[in-house]
Amino acid sequence: MSGPETAAAIERAARDSYGRLVAYLAARSRDLAGAEDALADAFRAALETWPGTGVPEKPEAWLLVTARRRLIDRSRHAKVHAEAVPALQILTDRDQELAQGESPFPDNRLKLLFVCAHPAIDVAARTPLMLQTVLGLDAARIASAFLVKPATMAQRLTRAKIKIRDARIPFEIPEAGEWLERLDAVLEAIYATYSLGWNAVTGSDSRSKELAAEAIALGRVLLQLLPDEPEVKGLLALMIYCEARRDARIDARGGFVPLSEQDTGLWSKTMIHEAHHLLLGAERARSIGHFQLEAAIQSEHTRRAVLGGKTDWDEIALLYEGLIRLAPTTGALVGRAAAVAEARGPAAGWALLLQIPPEAVVNYQPYWAQTAHLLAQLGPAPRARTAYERAIGLSEDPATRDFLLRKLSALPAG
Amino acid sequence: MKYTLLIYENAAGFALRNDPAKAKDYWLAWPAYTKALQEAGVMTGGAGLEPPGTATTVRIQSGKRHVQDGPYSETKEQLGGYYTIEVPNIDAALEWAARVPAAPGSYVEVRPNLVVPA
Repeated sequence: MSGPETAAAIERAARDSYGRLVAYLAARSRDLAGAEDALADAFRAALETWPGTGVPEKPEAWLLVTARRRLIDRSRHAKVHAEAVPALQILTDRDQELAQGESPFPDNRLKLLFVCAHPAIDVAARTPLMLQTVLGLDAARIASAFLVKPATMAQRLTRAKIKIRDARIPFEIPEAGEWLERLDAVLEAIYATYSLGWNAVTGSDSRSKELAAEAIALGRVLLQLLPDEPEVKGLLALMIYCEARRDARIDARGGFVPLSEQDTGLWSKTMIHEAHHLLLGAERARSIGHFQLEAAIQSEHTRRAVLGGKTDWDEIALLYEGLIRLAPTTGALVGRAAAVAEARGPAAGWALLLQIPPEAVVNYQPYWAQTAHLLAQLGPAPRARTAYERAIGLSEDPATRDFLLRKLSALPAG
Repeated sequence: MKYTLLIYENAAGFALRNDPAKAKDYWLAWPAYTKALQEAGVMTGGAGLEPPGTATTVRIQSGKRHVQDGPYSETKEQLGGYYTIEVPNIDAALEWAARVPAAPGSYVEVRPNLVVPA
Protein backbone atom coordinates (compact mmCIF):
# COMPACT_ATOMS: atom_id res chain seq x y z
CA MET A 1 0.00 0.00 0.00
CA SER A 2 1.37 3.42 -0.93
CA GLY A 3 2.33 6.05 1.63
CA PRO A 4 -0.51 8.44 0.77
CA GLU A 5 -3.05 5.61 0.85
CA THR A 6 -1.87 4.53 4.28
CA ALA A 7 -1.92 8.14 5.46
CA ALA A 8 -5.49 8.41 4.20
CA ALA A 9 -6.47 5.22 6.05
CA ILE A 10 -4.93 6.60 9.25
CA GLU A 11 -6.67 9.91 8.80
CA ARG A 12 -9.97 8.08 8.31
CA ALA A 13 -9.38 6.01 11.46
CA ALA A 14 -8.54 9.21 13.35
CA ARG A 15 -11.65 10.98 12.18
CA ASP A 16 -14.01 8.08 12.75
CA SER A 17 -12.71 6.73 16.02
CA TYR A 18 -10.53 9.29 17.78
CA GLY A 19 -13.17 10.20 20.35
CA ARG A 20 -14.26 6.60 20.86
CA LEU A 21 -10.66 5.54 21.48
CA VAL A 22 -9.90 8.42 23.88
CA ALA A 23 -13.15 7.85 25.77
CA TYR A 24 -12.50 4.12 26.07
CA LEU A 25 -8.86 4.51 27.12
CA ALA A 26 -9.59 7.23 29.70
CA ALA A 27 -12.86 5.96 31.14
CA ARG A 28 -11.23 4.03 33.96
CA SER A 29 -8.14 6.10 34.71
CA ARG A 30 -9.88 9.46 34.03
CA ASP A 31 -6.51 10.44 32.65
CA LEU A 32 -7.41 12.17 29.38
CA ALA A 33 -3.93 13.59 28.79
CA GLY A 34 -2.39 10.13 29.25
CA ALA A 35 -4.93 8.56 26.91
CA GLU A 36 -4.34 11.21 24.25
CA ASP A 37 -0.57 10.84 24.46
CA ALA A 38 -0.78 7.06 24.19
CA LEU A 39 -3.14 7.37 21.24
CA ALA A 40 -0.82 9.86 19.54
CA ASP A 41 1.97 7.29 19.94
CA ALA A 42 -0.29 4.62 18.45
CA PHE A 43 -1.06 6.80 15.42
CA ARG A 44 2.67 7.44 14.99
CA ALA A 45 3.33 3.70 15.16
CA ALA A 46 0.63 3.14 12.55
CA LEU A 47 2.30 5.64 10.22
CA GLU A 48 5.56 3.71 10.62
CA THR A 49 4.31 0.14 10.30
CA TRP A 50 1.14 0.18 8.17
CA PRO A 51 2.91 1.09 4.91
CA GLY A 52 4.93 -2.17 5.31
CA THR A 53 2.34 -4.50 6.83
CA GLY A 54 -0.75 -3.05 5.21
CA VAL A 55 -3.70 -1.51 7.06
CA PRO A 56 -4.95 -4.06 9.62
CA GLU A 57 -8.40 -5.52 9.19
CA LYS A 58 -9.63 -3.66 12.28
CA PRO A 59 -7.62 -0.44 12.44
CA GLU A 60 -9.43 0.79 15.57
CA ALA A 61 -8.64 -2.36 17.52
CA TRP A 62 -5.00 -2.20 16.42
CA LEU A 63 -4.76 1.40 17.61
CA LEU A 64 -6.48 0.52 20.89
CA VAL A 65 -4.15 -2.37 21.69
CA THR A 66 -1.07 -0.32 20.75
CA ALA A 67 -2.18 2.67 22.80
CA ARG A 68 -2.95 0.48 25.81
CA ARG A 69 0.55 -1.03 25.60
CA ARG A 70 2.00 2.48 25.68
CA LEU A 71 -0.03 3.25 28.78
CA ILE A 72 1.37 0.13 30.48
CA ASP A 73 4.94 0.95 29.42
CA ARG A 74 4.55 4.42 30.84
CA SER A 75 3.16 3.36 34.17
CA ARG A 76 5.97 0.77 34.47
CA HIS A 77 8.45 3.44 33.63
CA ALA A 78 6.99 5.89 36.12
CA LYS A 79 6.81 3.08 38.70
CA VAL A 80 3.56 4.57 39.93
CA HIS A 81 1.19 2.36 41.86
CA ALA A 82 2.73 -1.09 41.58
CA GLU A 83 -0.76 -2.56 41.60
CA ALA A 84 -1.84 -0.50 38.60
CA VAL A 85 0.20 -2.54 36.14
CA PRO A 86 -1.59 -5.88 36.66
CA ALA A 87 -4.90 -4.02 36.42
CA LEU A 88 -3.81 -2.53 33.13
CA GLN A 89 -2.70 -5.99 31.99
CA ILE A 90 -6.23 -7.30 32.53
CA LEU A 91 -7.54 -4.40 30.45
CA THR A 92 -5.09 -5.27 27.70
CA ASP A 93 -6.41 -8.81 27.61
CA ARG A 94 -9.91 -7.42 27.32
CA ASP A 95 -8.74 -5.14 24.49
CA GLN A 96 -7.35 -8.22 22.71
CA GLU A 97 -10.69 -9.96 23.04
CA LEU A 98 -12.40 -6.91 21.62
CA ALA A 99 -9.86 -6.76 18.84
CA GLN A 100 -10.55 -10.39 17.88
CA GLY A 101 -14.29 -10.40 18.51
CA GLU A 102 -16.98 -9.11 16.22
CA SER A 103 -18.53 -6.54 18.51
CA PRO A 104 -17.19 -2.99 18.46
CA PHE A 105 -15.68 -1.73 21.70
CA PRO A 106 -18.02 0.09 24.09
CA ASP A 107 -18.82 3.64 23.10
CA ASN A 108 -17.99 5.93 26.03
CA ARG A 109 -18.22 9.15 24.06
CA LEU A 110 -21.44 10.25 25.71
CA LYS A 111 -19.79 9.90 29.11
CA LEU A 112 -16.82 11.83 27.78
CA LEU A 113 -19.11 14.63 26.55
CA PHE A 114 -20.66 14.86 30.00
CA VAL A 115 -17.21 14.94 31.59
CA CYS A 116 -16.15 17.79 29.29
CA ALA A 117 -19.23 19.84 30.22
CA HIS A 118 -19.12 18.95 33.92
CA PRO A 119 -20.00 21.87 36.25
CA ALA A 120 -16.57 21.54 37.90
CA ILE A 121 -14.88 22.40 34.59
CA ASP A 122 -14.34 26.06 33.73
CA VAL A 123 -17.03 27.12 31.23
CA ALA A 124 -14.35 28.57 28.92
CA ALA A 125 -12.64 25.17 28.75
CA ARG A 126 -15.70 22.98 28.09
CA THR A 127 -16.13 23.43 24.35
CA PRO A 128 -12.37 23.40 23.63
CA LEU A 129 -12.05 20.22 25.67
CA MET A 130 -14.79 18.56 23.64
CA LEU A 131 -13.24 19.58 20.35
CA GLN A 132 -9.90 18.21 21.44
CA THR A 133 -10.87 14.93 23.11
CA VAL A 134 -13.93 13.92 21.11
CA LEU A 135 -12.97 15.22 17.67
CA GLY A 136 -9.18 15.30 17.98
CA LEU A 137 -8.74 18.95 16.93
CA ASP A 138 -5.33 20.36 17.83
CA ALA A 139 -4.95 23.08 20.45
CA ALA A 140 -3.58 25.68 18.02
CA ARG A 141 -6.66 25.44 15.81
CA ILE A 142 -8.99 25.57 18.78
CA ALA A 143 -7.16 28.69 20.02
CA SER A 144 -7.65 30.43 16.68
CA ALA A 145 -11.33 29.53 16.59
CA PHE A 146 -11.87 30.91 20.08
CA LEU A 147 -9.61 33.92 19.53
CA VAL A 148 -7.47 32.97 22.51
CA LYS A 149 -3.68 33.07 22.88
CA PRO A 150 -2.53 29.52 21.96
CA ALA A 151 -0.40 29.21 25.11
CA THR A 152 -3.43 30.20 27.20
CA MET A 153 -5.66 27.69 25.43
CA ALA A 154 -3.11 24.90 25.92
CA GLN A 155 -2.94 25.81 29.61
CA ARG A 156 -6.74 25.85 29.98
CA LEU A 157 -6.98 22.41 28.40
CA THR A 158 -4.20 21.00 30.55
CA ARG A 159 -5.74 22.44 33.70
CA ALA A 160 -9.14 20.96 32.83
CA LYS A 161 -7.62 17.51 32.29
CA ILE A 162 -5.72 17.64 35.58
CA LYS A 163 -8.96 18.61 37.28
CA ILE A 164 -10.81 15.65 35.76
CA ARG A 165 -8.08 13.25 36.85
CA ASP A 166 -7.41 14.65 40.32
CA ALA A 167 -10.96 15.54 41.29
CA ARG A 168 -11.94 12.09 39.97
CA ILE A 169 -14.76 13.43 37.85
CA PRO A 170 -16.60 10.23 36.96
CA PHE A 171 -17.13 8.98 33.42
CA GLU A 172 -20.81 8.34 33.83
CA ILE A 173 -24.23 9.37 32.62
CA PRO A 174 -25.78 11.96 35.00
CA GLU A 175 -28.69 10.99 37.28
CA ALA A 176 -32.24 11.95 36.37
CA GLY A 177 -32.26 14.83 38.87
CA GLU A 178 -29.42 16.70 37.18
CA TRP A 179 -30.03 15.35 33.70
CA LEU A 180 -31.57 18.41 32.03
CA GLU A 181 -29.00 20.85 33.35
CA ARG A 182 -26.07 18.62 32.47
CA LEU A 183 -27.45 17.88 29.00
CA ASP A 184 -27.95 21.60 28.38
CA ALA A 185 -24.26 22.23 29.18
CA VAL A 186 -23.30 19.67 26.53
CA LEU A 187 -25.70 21.20 24.00
CA GLU A 188 -24.47 24.73 24.71
CA ALA A 189 -20.87 23.66 24.18
CA ILE A 190 -21.74 22.08 20.83
CA TYR A 191 -23.72 25.14 19.76
CA ALA A 192 -20.80 27.41 20.74
CA THR A 193 -18.68 25.47 18.24
CA TYR A 194 -21.29 25.94 15.55
CA SER A 195 -21.60 29.68 16.21
CA LEU A 196 -17.84 30.11 15.83
CA GLY A 197 -18.10 28.50 12.44
CA TRP A 198 -21.19 30.43 11.41
CA ASN A 199 -20.41 34.02 12.37
CA ALA A 200 -17.53 34.42 9.96
CA VAL A 201 -19.29 34.98 6.63
CA THR A 202 -16.02 35.57 4.80
CA GLY A 203 -14.57 32.24 5.83
CA SER A 204 -17.66 30.41 4.66
CA ASP A 205 -15.67 28.32 2.24
CA SER A 206 -12.83 27.31 4.50
CA ARG A 207 -12.06 26.85 8.16
CA SER A 208 -15.28 28.20 9.60
CA LYS A 209 -17.17 25.77 7.41
CA GLU A 210 -15.06 22.95 8.82
CA LEU A 211 -15.76 24.09 12.37
CA ALA A 212 -19.49 24.19 11.66
CA ALA A 213 -19.19 20.71 10.18
CA GLU A 214 -17.42 19.52 13.35
CA ALA A 215 -20.26 20.91 15.46
CA ILE A 216 -22.83 19.14 13.32
CA ALA A 217 -20.74 15.96 13.59
CA LEU A 218 -20.84 16.29 17.39
CA GLY A 219 -24.59 16.86 17.21
CA ARG A 220 -24.99 13.69 15.16
CA VAL A 221 -22.88 11.72 17.60
CA LEU A 222 -25.08 12.96 20.40
CA LEU A 223 -28.30 12.13 18.57
CA GLN A 224 -27.01 8.63 17.87
CA LEU A 225 -26.35 8.23 21.60
CA LEU A 226 -29.55 9.96 22.80
CA PRO A 227 -32.11 9.33 20.07
CA ASP A 228 -35.10 10.36 22.19
CA GLU A 229 -34.03 13.75 23.60
CA PRO A 230 -36.08 16.53 21.94
CA GLU A 231 -33.46 19.24 22.60
CA VAL A 232 -30.74 17.15 20.96
CA LYS A 233 -32.91 16.98 17.84
CA GLY A 234 -33.70 20.69 18.24
CA LEU A 235 -30.04 21.65 18.32
CA LEU A 236 -29.17 19.47 15.33
CA ALA A 237 -32.14 20.86 13.39
CA LEU A 238 -31.09 24.43 14.23
CA MET A 239 -27.54 23.87 12.99
CA ILE A 240 -28.65 22.13 9.81
CA TYR A 241 -31.25 24.83 8.98
CA CYS A 242 -28.50 27.46 9.22
CA GLU A 243 -26.05 25.33 7.29
CA ALA A 244 -28.61 24.91 4.49
CA ARG A 245 -28.39 28.66 3.82
CA ARG A 246 -24.61 29.01 4.06
CA ASP A 247 -23.86 29.29 0.35
CA ALA A 248 -26.64 31.85 -0.18
CA ARG A 249 -25.01 34.28 2.27
CA ILE A 250 -22.27 35.21 -0.19
CA ASP A 251 -22.72 36.60 -3.69
CA ALA A 252 -20.42 35.91 -6.64
CA ARG A 253 -18.16 38.83 -5.65
CA GLY A 254 -17.78 37.68 -2.03
CA GLY A 255 -20.30 40.22 -0.69
CA PHE A 256 -22.62 39.47 2.23
CA VAL A 257 -26.27 38.80 1.36
CA PRO A 258 -28.74 39.26 4.25
CA LEU A 259 -31.34 36.57 4.86
CA SER A 260 -34.22 38.62 3.44
CA GLU A 261 -32.40 39.09 0.10
CA GLN A 262 -31.09 35.56 -0.30
CA ASP A 263 -31.91 33.56 -3.40
CA THR A 264 -33.90 30.69 -1.94
CA GLY A 265 -32.87 28.58 -4.92
CA LEU A 266 -29.39 28.44 -3.37
CA TRP A 267 -30.66 26.92 -0.14
CA SER A 268 -30.00 23.22 0.29
CA LYS A 269 -33.34 21.43 0.00
CA THR A 270 -31.84 18.20 1.33
CA MET A 271 -30.61 19.87 4.50
CA ILE A 272 -33.85 21.79 5.04
CA HIS A 273 -35.74 18.54 4.65
CA GLU A 274 -33.52 16.79 7.18
CA ALA A 275 -33.79 19.66 9.68
CA HIS A 276 -37.55 19.77 9.25
CA HIS A 277 -37.80 16.06 9.91
CA LEU A 278 -35.67 16.40 13.06
CA LEU A 279 -37.72 19.32 14.37
CA LEU A 280 -41.00 17.49 13.80
CA GLY A 281 -39.59 14.52 15.70
CA ALA A 282 -38.54 16.80 18.56
CA GLU A 283 -41.92 18.53 18.77
CA ARG A 284 -43.69 15.20 19.07
CA ALA A 285 -42.18 14.82 22.57
CA ARG A 286 -44.09 17.96 23.68
CA SER A 287 -41.26 19.20 25.84
CA ILE A 288 -40.24 22.64 24.65
CA GLY A 289 -36.69 23.95 24.94
CA HIS A 290 -34.73 26.87 23.59
CA PHE A 291 -32.97 24.92 20.84
CA GLN A 292 -36.31 23.72 19.50
CA LEU A 293 -37.60 27.31 19.54
CA GLU A 294 -34.52 28.60 17.75
CA ALA A 295 -34.84 25.81 15.21
CA ALA A 296 -38.53 26.70 14.76
CA ILE A 297 -37.51 30.32 14.00
CA GLN A 298 -35.09 29.08 11.34
CA SER A 299 -37.81 26.78 10.03
CA GLU A 300 -40.16 29.75 9.60
CA HIS A 301 -37.47 31.59 7.63
CA THR A 302 -37.02 28.67 5.26
CA ARG A 303 -40.78 28.55 4.58
CA ARG A 304 -40.25 31.64 2.41
CA ALA A 305 -38.98 29.28 -0.28
CA VAL A 306 -42.38 27.56 -0.48
CA LEU A 307 -44.65 30.52 0.43
CA GLY A 308 -43.78 32.51 -2.69
CA GLY A 309 -41.29 34.79 -0.91
CA LYS A 310 -43.53 35.62 2.06
CA THR A 311 -42.24 35.38 5.64
CA ASP A 312 -44.64 35.08 8.58
CA TRP A 313 -43.00 37.68 10.83
CA ASP A 314 -45.81 37.55 13.40
CA GLU A 315 -45.09 33.87 13.92
CA ILE A 316 -41.34 34.56 14.23
CA ALA A 317 -41.97 37.37 16.75
CA LEU A 318 -44.11 34.93 18.75
CA LEU A 319 -41.35 32.33 18.76
CA TYR A 320 -38.86 34.94 19.99
CA GLU A 321 -41.36 35.81 22.72
CA GLY A 322 -41.23 32.17 23.83
CA LEU A 323 -37.45 32.20 23.71
CA ILE A 324 -37.31 35.33 25.88
CA ARG A 325 -39.63 33.72 28.39
CA LEU A 326 -37.20 30.81 28.70
CA ALA A 327 -34.09 33.00 28.82
CA PRO A 328 -33.99 36.73 27.98
CA THR A 329 -30.61 36.77 26.23
CA THR A 330 -29.50 39.92 24.41
CA GLY A 331 -29.52 37.97 21.15
CA ALA A 332 -33.16 36.94 21.62
CA LEU A 333 -34.18 40.50 22.57
CA VAL A 334 -32.57 41.91 19.42
CA GLY A 335 -34.08 39.10 17.33
CA ARG A 336 -37.57 39.84 18.64
CA ALA A 337 -37.16 43.55 17.88
CA ALA A 338 -36.14 42.69 14.31
CA ALA A 339 -39.14 40.40 13.84
CA VAL A 340 -41.58 42.91 15.36
CA ALA A 341 -40.18 45.64 13.11
CA GLU A 342 -40.91 43.49 10.06
CA ALA A 343 -44.39 42.56 11.31
CA ARG A 344 -45.59 45.90 12.74
CA GLY A 345 -43.23 48.51 11.36
CA PRO A 346 -39.82 49.96 12.29
CA ALA A 347 -41.16 52.16 15.11
CA ALA A 348 -42.48 49.14 17.02
CA GLY A 349 -39.15 47.38 16.64
CA TRP A 350 -37.21 50.48 17.68
CA ALA A 351 -39.32 50.80 20.83
CA LEU A 352 -38.25 47.27 21.81
CA LEU A 353 -34.57 47.99 21.11
CA LEU A 354 -34.78 51.01 23.43
CA GLN A 355 -35.88 48.72 26.27
CA ILE A 356 -32.63 46.72 26.18
CA PRO A 357 -30.24 47.93 28.92
CA PRO A 358 -27.48 49.99 27.22
CA GLU A 359 -24.68 48.29 29.16
CA ALA A 360 -25.66 44.96 27.61
CA VAL A 361 -25.08 46.22 24.08
CA VAL A 362 -21.97 48.45 24.31
CA ASN A 363 -19.97 45.96 22.22
CA TYR A 364 -22.83 43.91 20.76
CA GLN A 365 -22.58 44.35 17.00
CA PRO A 366 -25.98 42.87 16.02
CA TYR A 367 -27.77 45.44 18.21
CA TRP A 368 -26.09 48.33 16.39
CA ALA A 369 -26.65 46.80 12.96
CA GLN A 370 -30.36 46.34 13.77
CA THR A 371 -30.62 49.85 15.26
CA ALA A 372 -29.04 51.33 12.13
CA HIS A 373 -31.38 49.32 9.90
CA LEU A 374 -34.48 50.62 11.71
CA LEU A 375 -33.29 54.22 12.08
CA ALA A 376 -32.49 54.33 8.37
CA GLN A 377 -36.21 53.70 7.77
CA LEU A 378 -37.41 56.03 10.51
CA GLY A 379 -34.98 58.94 9.91
CA PRO A 380 -33.40 61.35 10.47
CA ALA A 381 -30.25 60.18 8.68
CA PRO A 382 -27.62 61.39 11.20
CA ARG A 383 -28.93 59.05 13.91
CA ALA A 384 -28.81 56.09 11.52
CA ARG A 385 -25.31 57.16 10.47
CA THR A 386 -24.01 57.00 14.06
CA ALA A 387 -25.51 53.53 14.55
CA TYR A 388 -24.04 52.25 11.27
CA GLU A 389 -20.62 53.57 12.28
CA ARG A 390 -20.87 51.79 15.60
CA ALA A 391 -21.87 48.52 13.90
CA ILE A 392 -19.00 48.89 11.41
CA GLY A 393 -16.51 49.58 14.20
CA LEU A 394 -17.62 46.43 16.03
CA SER A 395 -17.64 44.17 12.96
CA GLU A 396 -15.07 41.44 12.79
CA ASP A 397 -16.08 39.85 9.53
CA PRO A 398 -14.92 41.79 6.43
CA ALA A 399 -17.97 40.85 4.31
CA THR A 400 -20.33 42.06 7.05
CA ARG A 401 -18.32 45.26 7.45
CA ASP A 402 -18.40 45.94 3.70
CA PHE A 403 -22.16 45.33 3.61
CA LEU A 404 -22.70 47.92 6.37
CA LEU A 405 -20.35 50.38 4.62
CA ARG A 406 -22.57 50.09 1.49
CA LYS A 407 -25.66 50.79 3.59
CA LEU A 408 -24.00 53.76 5.26
CA SER A 409 -22.96 55.22 1.91
CA ALA A 410 -26.51 54.84 0.64
CA LEU A 411 -27.97 57.02 3.42
CA PRO A 412 -29.28 60.39 2.24
CA ALA A 413 -26.94 63.28 3.07
CA GLY A 414 -27.66 65.53 6.02
CA MET B 1 -4.09 45.70 31.79
CA LYS B 2 -2.75 47.97 29.06
CA TYR B 3 -2.04 46.54 25.64
CA THR B 4 -0.81 47.95 22.37
CA LEU B 5 -2.27 46.79 19.07
CA LEU B 6 0.43 47.14 16.41
CA ILE B 7 -1.09 47.12 12.94
CA TYR B 8 1.14 45.96 10.11
CA GLU B 9 0.03 46.49 6.52
CA ASN B 10 1.50 45.56 3.16
CA ALA B 11 1.93 47.95 0.21
CA ALA B 12 -1.60 47.22 -1.04
CA GLY B 13 -2.99 48.06 2.41
CA PHE B 14 -1.21 51.41 2.48
CA ALA B 15 -2.34 52.15 -1.09
CA LEU B 16 -6.03 51.92 -0.05
CA ARG B 17 -5.75 55.34 1.60
CA ASN B 18 -5.54 57.01 -1.81
CA ASP B 19 -7.31 54.46 -4.01
CA PRO B 20 -10.12 56.38 -5.78
CA ALA B 21 -12.48 53.37 -5.58
CA LYS B 22 -11.71 52.26 -2.02
CA ALA B 23 -10.47 55.27 -0.08
CA LYS B 24 -14.01 56.21 0.97
CA ASP B 25 -14.56 52.91 2.81
CA TYR B 26 -11.09 53.12 4.32
CA TRP B 27 -11.78 56.54 5.80
CA LEU B 28 -15.18 55.42 7.08
CA ALA B 29 -14.06 52.12 8.62
CA TRP B 30 -11.06 53.29 10.62
CA PRO B 31 -12.75 56.21 12.43
CA ALA B 32 -15.71 53.88 13.09
CA TYR B 33 -13.39 51.38 14.76
CA THR B 34 -11.72 54.14 16.80
CA LYS B 35 -15.15 55.38 17.86
CA ALA B 36 -16.19 51.86 18.94
CA LEU B 37 -13.06 51.67 21.13
CA GLN B 38 -13.87 55.06 22.64
CA GLU B 39 -17.53 54.24 23.25
CA ALA B 40 -16.46 51.03 24.98
CA GLY B 41 -14.24 53.16 27.22
CA VAL B 42 -11.10 51.15 26.48
CA MET B 43 -9.01 53.41 24.24
CA THR B 44 -6.06 55.19 25.84
CA GLY B 45 -4.17 56.34 22.75
CA GLY B 46 -2.96 55.60 19.26
CA ALA B 47 -2.10 57.02 15.87
CA GLY B 48 -2.13 56.17 12.22
CA LEU B 49 1.27 56.47 10.57
CA GLU B 50 2.32 57.85 7.17
CA PRO B 51 3.63 55.14 4.81
CA PRO B 52 7.09 53.63 5.46
CA GLY B 53 8.59 55.66 2.58
CA THR B 54 8.29 58.77 4.74
CA ALA B 55 10.31 57.21 7.59
CA THR B 56 13.74 58.37 8.68
CA THR B 57 15.78 55.99 10.79
CA VAL B 58 18.37 57.18 13.27
CA ARG B 59 20.90 54.70 14.60
CA ILE B 60 23.62 55.19 17.16
CA GLN B 61 26.44 52.72 16.55
CA SER B 62 29.78 52.79 18.36
CA GLY B 63 28.99 56.32 19.45
CA LYS B 64 28.38 57.46 15.84
CA ARG B 65 25.07 58.63 14.41
CA HIS B 66 23.75 57.10 11.22
CA VAL B 67 20.72 58.70 9.63
CA GLN B 68 18.98 56.73 6.90
CA ASP B 69 16.02 57.42 4.64
CA GLY B 70 13.22 54.89 4.93
CA PRO B 71 12.24 52.33 7.54
CA TYR B 72 14.72 50.29 9.56
CA SER B 73 13.77 47.00 7.92
CA GLU B 74 12.54 46.33 4.40
CA THR B 75 9.97 43.70 5.35
CA LYS B 76 6.83 43.30 3.23
CA GLU B 77 4.54 44.41 6.03
CA GLN B 78 5.24 47.69 7.76
CA LEU B 79 3.79 49.38 10.83
CA GLY B 80 0.77 51.38 9.67
CA GLY B 81 -0.52 52.53 13.03
CA TYR B 82 -1.20 51.51 16.60
CA TYR B 83 -3.76 51.74 19.37
CA THR B 84 -3.19 51.54 23.09
CA ILE B 85 -6.12 50.09 25.03
CA GLU B 86 -6.93 49.23 28.60
CA VAL B 87 -8.95 46.03 29.01
CA PRO B 88 -9.33 43.38 31.74
CA ASN B 89 -7.23 40.69 30.02
CA ILE B 90 -5.56 39.38 26.88
CA ASP B 91 -8.79 37.70 25.70
CA ALA B 92 -10.49 41.09 25.54
CA ALA B 93 -7.44 42.61 23.81
CA LEU B 94 -7.57 39.87 21.14
CA GLU B 95 -11.27 40.52 20.61
CA TRP B 96 -10.50 44.13 19.75
CA ALA B 97 -7.55 43.08 17.59
CA ALA B 98 -9.86 40.86 15.55
CA ARG B 99 -12.13 43.85 14.84
CA VAL B 100 -9.36 46.02 13.37
CA PRO B 101 -10.62 46.87 9.86
CA ALA B 102 -7.25 46.27 8.19
CA ALA B 103 -7.08 44.96 4.62
CA PRO B 104 -6.44 41.28 3.86
CA GLY B 105 -2.73 40.54 4.19
CA SER B 106 -2.41 42.80 7.21
CA TYR B 107 -1.85 41.59 10.72
CA VAL B 108 -2.23 42.89 14.23
CA GLU B 109 0.34 42.17 16.90
CA VAL B 110 -0.93 42.45 20.46
CA ARG B 111 1.59 43.20 23.19
CA PRO B 112 1.15 43.97 26.86
CA ASN B 113 2.54 47.41 27.71
CA LEU B 114 5.64 47.28 29.86
CA VAL B 115 4.95 48.05 33.47
CA VAL B 116 7.76 50.20 34.84
CA PRO B 117 9.02 48.62 38.08
CA ALA B 118 8.23 50.84 41.05
